[in-house]
Amino acid sequence: MLKIKGRAWKYGDNINTDEIIPARYLNMTEPEELAKHCLEDLDKGFMPRIKTGDILVGGKNFGCGSSREHAPICIKASGLSCVIAASFARIFFRNAINIGLPIIESEKASLRIRSGDELEVLLGEGKVVNLTRGEEYEITPYPAFMQELISSGGLMNYIKGAIL
Amino acid sequence: MYVPMSITHKILAGHCGKGSVRPGEFIKARVDCCLGNDITAPLSINEFERARAKKVFDPERVYLVPDHSTPNKDIKSAQLVKQVRDFAIRHGLKYYFEVGQVGIEHALLPEQGLVLPGELIIGADSHTCTYGALGAFATGIGSTDLAAAMITGEVWLKVPECIKFIYKGKPAAWVTGKDLILYTIGRIGVDGALYMGMEFTGNVIDDLPMDDRFTMCNMAIEAGAKNGIITPDQKAVDYCKERAVRPFECVSGDTDASYREVFEWNVDGIEPQVAFPHLPSNVKPISEVGTVRIDQSVIGSCTNGRMSDLRAAAKVLKGEKVHPRVRLIIIPATQRIYREAMDEGLLAAFLDAGAVISPPTCGPCLGGHMGVLAEGERAIATTNRNFVGRMGHPKSEVYLSNPAVAAASAILGRIGGPGEIKGRG
Repeated sequence: MLKIKGRAWKYGDNINTDEIIPARYLNMTEPEELAKHCLEDLDKGFMPRIKTGDILVGGKNFGCGSSREHAPICIKASGLSCVIAASFARIFFRNAINIGLPIIESEKASLRIRSGDELEVLLGEGKVVNLTRGEEYEITPYPAFMQELISSGGLMNYIKGAIL
Repeated sequence: MYVPMSITHKILAGHCGKGSVRPGEFIKARVDCCLGNDITAPLSINEFERARAKKVFDPERVYLVPDHSTPNKDIKSAQLVKQVRDFAIRHGLKYYFEVGQVGIEHALLPEQGLVLPGELIIGADSHTCTYGALGAFATGIGSTDLAAAMITGEVWLKVPECIKFIYKGKPAAWVTGKDLILYTIGRIGVDGALYMGMEFTGNVIDDLPMDDRFTMCNMAIEAGAKNGIITPDQKAVDYCKERAVRPFECVSGDTDASYREVFEWNVDGIEPQVAFPHLPSNVKPISEVGTVRIDQSVIGSCTNGRMSDLRAAAKVLKGEKVHPRVRLIIIPATQRIYREAMDEGLLAAFLDAGAVISPPTCGPCLGGHMGVLAEGERAIATTNRNFVGRMGHPKSEVYLSNPAVAAASAILGRIGGPGEIKGRG
């Protein structure tokens, strides 16, 4: 089972897809190109400062706005390991699951974590450990159907049996 | 066993071969049609080809509408549009729309009778929820979802809980569907209907023209909703009858269906609404806006680029002049609307006032082209989002309103209502 360890980058509520990847870059589809502009309009110095494995933390309604899959794609390609938020906008949630970007819903984690905290995400045990603060937060478990989707490696792999 | 269901639940049940569905349940549903545009479809096509799929489930039910960056704004966008066009030709898609026929997808597809009551529609565009105005279950999904649906004709969905909104009373002059939905989002917040279905009812909705119903369902996503829906009445049936490309069957909910919440509002005191930066929920009535100078006014988009929107704008602009410091950009949402506006003399009124008329495109709504803002600039727009950098520079601002307010503001040089223009009170 996937174990994720990294440093937190904390932002507020309603982080929208325009902030995650501005529309001026939607004339591209290559993940590495999109990743260069990840969160550019929210925090201009974000990309140069992050390390592979770092964890993005948001508040309520993370990923609201447009349906652009470029948003989870650029987060995944940027080297961020996962997104933790109090809640996710529904299309972003689908897209992340479909492309295999780990997203974790936890109101308490979102509330307590501060930028710079060292985190360990234990998906199998259903918890986030905050090594900096010595705290643990419970993760809202994925529904059974989604676990099936995730374990088959995303939507395209999931439907493969049916079509090929 | 009889399980009372809302219209949303009935349509979902009917598309997954079940007698009934319950909120929270996951279903695999048959889609009546699916759509993508020049920004989202290229990613779907990549996935489609990576899966080595040979054909789409039905070439008459996969719609590709290159509306976001067309007429092509730059070389990279042109490549994406070409990829979509080539795919459409290769797979013999009946409904690919070239420049000259293309319009903004959520105005175009209803106009062409391609989305119909009782249907289950998914689109790789968040504003797909617009078609709920016809009594369809329509929801936005991502590119991978679209790829899967293009192959299988199916989609996985979690059955949402539903909220009912009842609007009663008589709206004041210049109060439109846009104001009702901005008011609603202002009341419940941008995640007030997260994962849920929004159902709009009441005598105000009954009296609302189709154009305004589209506007309301269009912005359901701005409250986080999965879908917005209005039970089809004679008006909706008449609208569809004259254009439907296939037979359709209307669905309505059970009167004893249960809802997570029911809001009942009297609209009598509601004024035209303005959403301040940077959230659509940040609304104020027009009388409380204060002095907000603007550089640009945009009238158009999948939210407000239809005939009644252009008529309202023309009513305010006729015989007036756009403020010398303001650029007024008017975007008829489809070619048919463009032609009709020309025939009715609306375009002449716009040109005489000093507006520029754009070909149908999403363009400036998402900061794509045809009216991108510079640093520090401010726009009023009839579009749907006012997030940071939405229309251009991250330090620009967007205020959302109905078309009459956007037109009046263009004349005034600051945000104001049509009541401030002589003879329009």
